[in-house]
Amino acid sequence: MEGVLILAALGGGTVAVFIALRFWIVLHHRVVPRESLSLLVVAGSGGHTTEILRLLGNLSNAYSPRHYIFADTDEMSAHKIRAFEVDRAERYSSTMYTTHRIPRSREVRQSWLSTVLTTFYSMLHSFPLTFRLKPDLVLCNGPGTCVPICLSALLLGILGIKKVIIVYVESVCRVETLSLSGKILYYLSDYFIVQWPTLKEKYPKSVYLGRIV
Amino acid sequence: MKCLFVTVGTTSFDDLIACVSAQDTLQIIKSLGYSRLVLQIGRGTVVPEPFSTESFTLDVYNYKDSLKEDLQKADLVVSHAGAGSCLETLEKGKPLVVVINEKLMNNHQLELAKQLHKEGHLFYCTCSTLPGLLQSMDLSTLKCFPPGQPEKFSAFLDKVVGLQK
Repeated sequence: MEGVLILAALGGGTVAVFIALRFWIVLHHRVVPRESLSLLVVAGSGGHTTEILRLLGNLSNAYSPRHYIFADTDEMSAHKIRAFEVDRAERYSSTMYTTHRIPRSREVRQSWLSTVLTTFYSMLHSFPLTFRLKPDLVLCNGPGTCVPICLSALLLGILGIKKVIIVYVESVCRVETLSLSGKILYYLSDYFIVQWPTLKEKYPKSVYLGRIV
Repeated sequence: MKCLFVTVGTTSFDDLIACVSAQDTLQIIKSLGYSRLVLQIGRGTVVPEPFSTESFTLDVYNYKDSLKEDLQKADLVVSHAGAGSCLETLEKGKPLVVVINEKLMNNHQLELAKQLHKEGHLFYCTCSTLPGLLQSMDLSTLKCFPPGQPEKFSAFLDKVVGLQK
């Protein structure tokens, strides 16, 4: 009986070390030169979508195709994204995009515990989708939906399927405190961008480029 | 024809709409030379009756696809603290008064409005202090708002993802 326990502990320990090592490798990945890359954008409600579309508006056509993910109840984002891409198609002839809907991970004012449960539920949708799209880059700016997507992207790296670069841009609304998604993804993203100097001081690992929206 | 535009975005802010459409406030607005007041009330349940006289027009609506046109026509914008409304107004170079909803405490949106106020880009008040502020404020003291720099973001991203120039 004791032997089994020791074996189990050893096995568990090995797996933990392996995951930790993979995790470290994934987050310390070297940059590979490339011509183009596929982009997965997690759009959130209202202001979040406006902000992220402003950032996308300035990206070259090397960021193609663009896969958009938004909450299934979010008609406003669907509308804004379509308008953005129609406008973009006029400027670039060979531009590509797809849209995908997933269940909302967190409603405003939802409690912490139920947030954990809905995030887990959301993972069941996020992981197969992320696995199917296998993007080179995930870009997000703070809606709750982005946490399960980033976790899925990280998991692709840990499992050795694909290294996905995760870039998180904290919303310009956040001057002194990070959003809940920001607090989590500060540790899980490759690049964490803030838009106010106060946040850069509090979170030294973050990148501050000035106000970018 | 001077126009004052009040916007609450996709939320509701009944106290603000009730305040600006009250007789006393309307008198102040008229005395400041405005002949048109446009209220975008979102999901609000306080719906003032629109009217039009020779010297003054009041328009009321819930939403429009784009507030661009109303912002463009406005000489002064009174807004809730929503980041989208604040930034869009400032980018158009319009003077802005942000009214805080005291019923929404710990609202993180306030962070941005407070910061932009600290930097001198907008005026900041509550519903009860709005009429007084409208009378006393000097719009020429507002500082102009520099545009954001998304090109810095794209340059950074190109570098870290390894896109060749």
